[in-house]
Amino acid sequence: MDTEFNDKMPIYLQIIDIIKMDIVTGKLILKDKLPSVREMASNLKVNPNTIQRSYQELERLGIVFTQRGTGTFVGEGKEMVDDLKKEMAKEVIDSFILRMKSLGFNADEIIKSVSKETMEVKKNG
Amino acid sequence: MDNILESKKICKSYLNKKALRGVDLNIIPGKIVGLLGPNGSGKTTFLKIAAGILHPSKGEILIDGYIPGVYTKSVVSYLPDNEYLLKWMKVKDAVMYFKDFYADFDEKKARELLLFMDLDENSTVKSLSKGMKEKLKLTLVLSRAAKLYILDEPLGGVDPTAREKILNAIVNNFRVESSMIITTHLVNDIERIFDDVAFISDGEIVLQGNAEELRRDKKKSIDELYREVFQ
Repeated sequence: MDTEFNDKMPIYLQIIDIIKMDIVTGKLILKDKLPSVREMASNLKVNPNTIQRSYQELERLGIVFTQRGTGTFVGEGKEMVDDLKKEMAKEVIDSFILRMKSLGFNADEIIKSVSKETMEVKKNG
Repeated sequence: MDNILESKKICKSYLNKKALRGVDLNIIPGKIVGLLGPNGSGKTTFLKIAAGILHPSKGEILIDGYIPGVYTKSVVSYLPDNEYLLKWMKVKDAVMYFKDFYADFDEKKARELLLFMDLDENSTVKSLSKGMKEKLKLTLVLSRAAKLYILDEPLGGVDPTAREKILNAIVNNFRVESSMIITTHLVNDIERIFDDVAFISDGEIVLQGNAEELRRDKKKSIDELYREVFQ
């Protein structure tokens, strides 16, 4: 695995994002076992404590669960994945709107330009 | 949790030159700490004191609760930044030498690590390149089941592929019940393996903290912070 990190941001947050993305895109499916902390640390060449922190945070968020002695698993329930998808979509939209605003677009103009582009998407399949 | 290393106001002078001016540093078990600073900032002097090779002029340092001496040397695995392997030795002789010296040396692990590092047991130390020597030194040091690993410039003068191997060996062999202190000025290559970092300048710690929190608070990489602190 060759992952580029942005060293300006906490690495544990970036690992959380990678795992969330893998769940949303179906690379990791419900009840899949995550690599062990050690394996993950070795793959990503980061401190095992950082991976541990990512896993703990994901567990706190209810995205994964840990079974003593067997490992960490992707949580259960389709709602979890749907929620995750919604949450990540919201993040994308929020940052998009922020950037459009800084370009000088108002709400109506943003909607107009988005619907124009989505029409293109529909046309081209 | 008890500190594996506890340093209180450590000072060290060489004649009239002050190498350390009151270094306070604590390390708890299970942490990898980066001691970062340019040449001549006092990193090596501090590590030598922790390893029990130099005595501080003032202040107190405790390793696993003890003043450096015979006991602490048995629980500290130290990688110095100079050459200490004897040239006539073969790689396997160096392994046996360490095995004789240290009760916590794991010969099986050493063989695994040699394999991982692509080192031939029958090569002589003299014939090894700088990168290979560095890999051998690290193999020997990591093959001990120590409480504190002190690695002085493990990446110094090593090409990028050997650097990668060395980093992997460090990450794979790090044990949660022990701690590591690593000095480097190649911050960019290694910053992801640090729990905590301490910047040392002119014999003093000028900034220290958890690496992730520093990234979050300063919105900068440790490498950028390093450049900012030392310009």
